Amino acid sequence: MNLPLQWQLATIAAVRSETPEVKTFSLHLPDWMRHRAGQHYDLRLRAADGYEAQRSYSIASAPETEGQVQLTIEKINDGEVSSFLHEVAVVGDRIEVRGPIGGYFVWEAALGGPLLLIGGGSGVVPLMAMLRHRAAAGSRVPTRLLLSARSYDDLIYREELDALAADGSGFEVFYTLTRSQPSDWHGYSRRIDAAMLATVAGPLGRTPLCYICGPTLLVEAAANGLAEIGVPANRIRTERFGPSGS
Amino acid sequence: MANEFVTRGFVGKRQASSATKTQRIPPGQHEVKDFPVLSAGPTPRVALDRWSFTIEGFVREKVSWNWDEFLKLPAQQFTVDIHCVTTWSKLDTRWTGVSVDTLLEHVELDPRAAFVTAYTFEGYTTNMPLPDILNGRAFVAYEYDGLPLAAAHGGPVRLVVPHLYFWKSAKWVTGLRLMDKDRSGFWESAGYNNHGDPWKEERYTGD
Repeated sequence: MNLPLQWQLATIAAVRSETPEVKTFSLHLPDWMRHRAGQHYDLRLRAADGYEAQRSYSIASAPETEGQVQLTIEKINDGEVSSFLHEVAVVGDRIEVRGPIGGYFVWEAALGGPLLLIGGGSGVVPLMAMLRHRAAAGSRVPTRLLLSARSYDDLIYREELDALAADGSGFEVFYTLTRSQPSDWHGYSRRIDAAMLATVAGPLGRTPLCYICGPTLLVEAAANGLAEIGVPANRIRTERFGPSGS
Repeated sequence: MANEFVTRGFVGKRQASSATKTQRIPPGQHEVKDFPVLSAGPTPRVALDRWSFTIEGFVREKVSWNWDEFLKLPAQQFTVDIHCVTTWSKLDTRWTGVSVDTLLEHVELDPRAAFVTAYTFEGYTTNMPLPDILNGRAFVAYEYDGLPLAAAHGGPVRLVVPHLYFWKSAKWVTGLRLMDKDRSGFWESAGYNNHGDPWKEERYTGD
């Protein structure tokens, strides 16, 4: 495919709060194109004097949702684009976008499984697109999601994930809360480590197809931990954001 | 289309930096102070006693260096601005390494050599026209900011081609293959631009 990716004017059709710091923007696209779960869109904002800012955001919705895409966006402190979207943009506003983009961190039902998804914070967004696609496509490949967040209130999509895990399709979800936990918490309460990975990944066998997305330190820990328990490197796909911590 | 579309209510948080600094940020990019890490898979741990760097393909005779030999090559310090296609730019990054020009002095190029593929320890590849890595435009680095290059940033050794988007600066690079024809690398086969000039915003295929 050599066609250039054209910018188009999307219209914000809905805004939903997911957590105190995270909102989902449903964008209506005049030139909607079916994406692959895991891909992203680029957004471009322009001020009256021509100043521009561009960012990439993962698609949260399933490819089966036609005519629009949902982007779930965390508000970053001092984030030029995310804070504009959170604080200024409203339903009916138009935003320049282009996509879908990315051809590696993608999963389609035809790729099969077993599937191991590991997310940190808003790193769950492209994984959610995969899970929504899995459900929409009627896939029953054994799938496990390990989601790390600071606190219970920071778990994005929790209700939907719990509902998907209860539908009998072979999907299980595991949470770990690294900073604070409710008093009746039964999930994990620490950063992702080798023991946690062994427990979560174990039942999926030796060679699950793994997608890891989140802050760099979490991705490093998860990818190295999976390598340690014997998952081949070519089965591990990663997407990182944030500072390197070094 | 929509080239003059102004986003309602968007002002932007322009960084309070000098005009000269602003001129060093390509269109659609923003300056970061930290050093983000982006890779398609796990960070490989490369053992130095098994490491080597090779120049091969359209050369009269291929050449390889082991780690000790590579460190004996004439090194230089480079201070360059780098630009990632994910829209961050980092100014004045400081590296130590060997210019690709220096490496190529050790081989005789076949006159048909017109492109290069950089290949890496874990199988990543990226492609460039040969002139993009000549005449001081590219180097192979093993120190960043005065310290050995961290594995997450491509250590022990990465290619740095600062005038192209940073995915061309292959981490964990172990060789350059000279080619007579262009052959798309990893991201170039996955929707990203074949050339990747940040000043022309060559981000994706067809840009």
